[in-house]
Amino acid sequence: MIGPSKSVNARKEDEPLFELRGITKAFPNVLANDHIDLNIWKGEIHALLGENGAGKSTLSKILYGFYQLDSGEIRFLNKTVHFHSPQDARKLHIGMVFQNFTLIPAMTVIENIALFLPDLGMFLVRKQIIKKINSLSQRFHLEVEPLAPVWQLSIGEQQKVEILKLLLANVKLLILDEPTRVLAPHEIAGLFKVMRGLKEEGYAVIFITHKIKEVLECADRITVMRHGRVTGQLMRSEASEDKIIEMMFGKTKIKQVERIIKAGTTSSKPLLELKKASTKAQGFSVGLKDIDLKIFHGEIVGVAGVSGNGQKELGDLILGLLKCEEGHKFLFGKNATHWPIGRVRREGAAFIPENPLSMAAVPNMTSQENMAVNNTRKYSRRHGFFIDLDTALTDLERSFENLGMTAPPFLCPIKTLSGGNIQRVIIARELAQSAELIVAFYPTKGLDVLSTIAIRQVLMRFRDSGYGIILISDDLEELFSMSDRLIVLYQGKIVGHFKPEETNMVDIGHLMTGARG
Amino acid sequence: MDNKLGSLLKVPTIKKSIAETLLRYLVIILFTFTVFGLVLFIAGKNPIRAYADTFTSIFGSFYGFSELWVQMIPIMLTAVAVALPAKMNLINVGGEGQLFMGGWLATWAALTFQGLPKVIFIPVLMLFGFLGGALWAAIPGLLKAKKLVNETISTLLLNFIAPLIISFSVFGPWRSAESAAYPQTPAFVDAARLPVIPGTRIHLGFIFAMVALLLFWFFMKYTKWGLEIRAIGGNPEAAERMGIRLQWHILFVLCMGGGIAGLAGMAEVTAIHGRLRIGLSQGYGYKGFLLSWVTGGSPIGILLMAFVFAVITSVGDTLQITQGVPYAVINILFSLILFVVLTNPVLKGK
Amino acid sequence: MIFIFLRGVFSSSLLTGTSLLYATLGEVIVERSGIVNLGLEGILLISASTGFAVTAATGSANLGLLVAALAGGVFNLLFGYLVVTRRANQLACGLTMMFLAFGVSALIGRPYVGAMITGLQKIPVPILTELPWVAGSTLFNYDILVYVAIPVAFLVWFLLFYTRWGLSLRAVGENPTAAFAAGRNPSLIQYQALFVGGLLGGIGGAHLSIALTLTWSELMTAGRGFIAIALVIFSKWHPLRAIVGALLFGAAEALQLQLQARGSVISPFILEMFPYVFTLLVLLIWGGARRMAAPASLGRVFHGTE
Repeated sequence: MIGPSKSVNARKEDEPLFELRGITKAFPNVLANDHIDLNIWKGEIHALLGENGAGKSTLSKILYGFYQLDSGEIRFLNKTVHFHSPQDARKLHIGMVFQNFTLIPAMTVIENIALFLPDLGMFLVRKQIIKKINSLSQRFHLEVEPLAPVWQLSIGEQQKVEILKLLLANVKLLILDEPTRVLAPHEIAGLFKVMRGLKEEGYAVIFITHKIKEVLECADRITVMRHGRVTGQLMRSEASEDKIIEMMFGKTKIKQVERIIKAGTTSSKPLLELKKASTKAQGFSVGLKDIDLKIFHGEIVGVAGVSGNGQKELGDLILGLLKCEEGHKFLFGKNATHWPIGRVRREGAAFIPENPLSMAAVPNMTSQENMAVNNTRKYSRRHGFFIDLDTALTDLERSFENLGMTAPPFLCPIKTLSGGNIQRVIIARELAQSAELIVAFYPTKGLDVLSTIAIRQVLMRFRDSGYGIILISDDLEELFSMSDRLIVLYQGKIVGHFKPEETNMVDIGHLMTGARG
Repeated sequence: MDNKLGSLLKVPTIKKSIAETLLRYLVIILFTFTVFGLVLFIAGKNPIRAYADTFTSIFGSFYGFSELWVQMIPIMLTAVAVALPAKMNLINVGGEGQLFMGGWLATWAALTFQGLPKVIFIPVLMLFGFLGGALWAAIPGLLKAKKLVNETISTLLLNFIAPLIISFSVFGPWRSAESAAYPQTPAFVDAARLPVIPGTRIHLGFIFAMVALLLFWFFMKYTKWGLEIRAIGGNPEAAERMGIRLQWHILFVLCMGGGIAGLAGMAEVTAIHGRLRIGLSQGYGYKGFLLSWVTGGSPIGILLMAFVFAVITSVGDTLQITQGVPYAVINILFSLILFVVLTNPVLKGK
Repeated sequence: MIFIFLRGVFSSSLLTGTSLLYATLGEVIVERSGIVNLGLEGILLISASTGFAVTAATGSANLGLLVAALAGGVFNLLFGYLVVTRRANQLACGLTMMFLAFGVSALIGRPYVGAMITGLQKIPVPILTELPWVAGSTLFNYDILVYVAIPVAFLVWFLLFYTRWGLSLRAVGENPTAAFAAGRNPSLIQYQALFVGGLLGGIGGAHLSIALTLTWSELMTAGRGFIAIALVIFSKWHPLRAIVGALLFGAAEALQLQLQARGSVISPFILEMFPYVFTLLVLLIWGGARRMAAPASLGRVFHGTE
């Protein structure tokens, strides 16, 4: 463990705004924060860096009063303070922008901001609030349309509203939890501009992320966390990528997924073909327009796009959950335009979901039952009066062997397994039947590093053995390293179609947010 | 398959779960009867006398005791009508209307096919009773399957319409000429009447209820459709993505449930009344709803609690006769029981 | 003849629509805070019986109205305890409250079945009631609740959209986590919404027994509570649209009553089905599209943070 370097504590000009000492917080399965010491100064961008599950989010939620610490103390101006709820933290001018915005889509920008104003009177006077918004938005590059309902705004604009909320509530310490996760590269640059503007006016900004490059670009002070502990602290001037990697991962080198560049597909008949396919928009979701897409054997087609631009709809259209209003869909050479999802699955399409517990598994059922109910035709005996659970179990075990994954317990309710294990069970279940097409929908989202690597390796193996895979992901690095071809979705249309080596992430980012590449 | 049979007969396990259930229900019953007694006391009535009178009327005579079992029949059936859709998180409050329509269609069959011998007539009437309830439940079933109307509201609204259909028929086209004062259909022929245990009113419907409970238990635990229904109940989106056809299952469980409630209606007209009258149901549909919720849809629980419900009904009758308290007050007792269970899921055995 | 018929229907609609409107407004407030109250039928019964009983016992319809409204509020607070504090299933608890109300209202109303009361005082509108085509009918000669109904709807609208409390309430119904993060207490707000909603529902129920029918009989509300719930959906949870809905349904019921009174060829039972069938049709045609307008967190429970 690398301790703080000498220069870190040598700021004699001013006292730290907040001091965190020995913060400890445990949850049922994990020690999220283990005796954390941290200081926050004003007029500084302080990056909190670490992998998924390092404890950064928990720590900041404690500072915001959203969680209660088990032991340790928070000091403000040399006095110990206690945060029992976000209200206490707000009294000391601490504010937080969560990963999931606390915005209300159905309400307007004004109403969302008014909700968080500390000095809102009994009546809602919209003109007054607009004035307040405009004075701040120009100063800090946070322009938005006040009367617009939030669901109409882009994610980047929504983030601006979140920051405006904090500023208008007199927040002096802003905590931003993974703010760049949902932004395109040029929007990230905009965010950094906002952060620098705030820093120059004396605000303190805590910037939580797991992207080293971003930290090197904008942070003044860097704290690295791993497994609930602080493993290192540096000023920007002393930091380098290697030093930070060592702090984040220790001495073990993480094996990067190596991309095997294919020499081109051997098969000429597409597994999946969409011809001018369109779907109807429902409620807040977007409709697909004129989708032309082919997927062949033995390739991974990556789909990039900001969440909400049609990815879910594309996946559901392929699977048969969403009706093809216009155009045609061909699967395995046959006209599948009107096939229901049961048929699509039976004919050879597998589905790896984003959040397996909510999308693909029945939580209270065991893995064995989840395996059986996935294909009741196969496992029903005596015309449906009995279910052959034993065969389902052996099939599941065999699938795990084939995939080279370690099997978790199969006879307890699937919800008791870890997220990574649940995803493994789902993948084993999906790939147990003979399939040719895999629809992978944010398959590694929110998983720990080891599970993520295991799943990526599985997908690559299946590509090599001839499967066609459509990979929908919000991780541009993942898409670039794994895809043979890359398409970009924007507002339900395909706006770009490349080979990864022909393009770069910035250009893709522009396409993802609607600018011409 | 022999392994399955062997596990079916695991007596010690069955005995243990019955004992647990009994204990749970005892706690619930003691608590709610006490609170209800308090409510009566505050209203100026005598709860002790009410309970004592009920006890004597139930256990004092063979007939009194047998009436409990008669009361249990329709509510066990309507409970299954609620419990089956509940496995898919569908809330069917329409047992009342489905019971009425089952009785209505069975009445039509009873009046139309009068020449049939008993051995054929009864199954025919059962079929029409089932059909009546199933078709009445198909309306909210379709509306829900097509995502148009929530089934809780549609089944409730239909509950208000069904008795009006009965009234219309009984006051109008089916009205019996003899009893001008009291609107009802002509009496059914003997071949249309369900057999009863001599000396009591306990009728064949009791077997219907037992079979229904048994089939329900077997269906959910072992069959392919039971597994699929449980999957939908556990996670409808996942079930859909696994290829299970939600719409078909929604329609299926509601129609099945409606049909079983319809059988209850058929049993009431052919066994208890022998004709169609306005007062066909005494809230049996709603009691079945409460029964299903209190027991969490467990077949054994339904059987045990139905007995308690029948006792409560007796309390209501006693209160009305001896102390002039409106029969409707037993709803207070029923709702107290439900309150206790709803706020303490552990008591349901979840 | 037609004119008198239409006049009767119109006047009747205002009368029957009034209790529907109050009940709907109350449920709009409650549902905007994220709670579905299927026990609305129960509130109507409780307040109808209580209002009638107090009026018959004391001779003052105004006192009856007051007590009935309070009874509705308290009834809803009990429901609040179940769904907000104990976090039980909202649909099941609502129905259970309805069953409770079946029993309690029967108990309260029993001693007064058949009693004669002087209902809420009718206030004729000065000039209008003397017009030739109005005189001799019930038109413009209503109790205070009818006149105040539409203004109350506007008041509810103002409350929800132009006050801090209304903003907080709507936020709780859309996203209680956001409301909590903004320093609101979602549980407290839901209790408040339930009380206010219960008051309004209580007024609606009281109107039935102490203004409209001047009687009490068990289960006299005959499903009006569920019609009101359907109206909430129909009016997209907006108080002003609820006025239109209530008038529409009031007209449906009025039409049916007038036809019955005039000895129509159609059987009275078929006529009585009309409001329920109408409700189902309305839900059928507009229900699906309306679901987008529902408060996002309707029916769910806020679990607080660790």
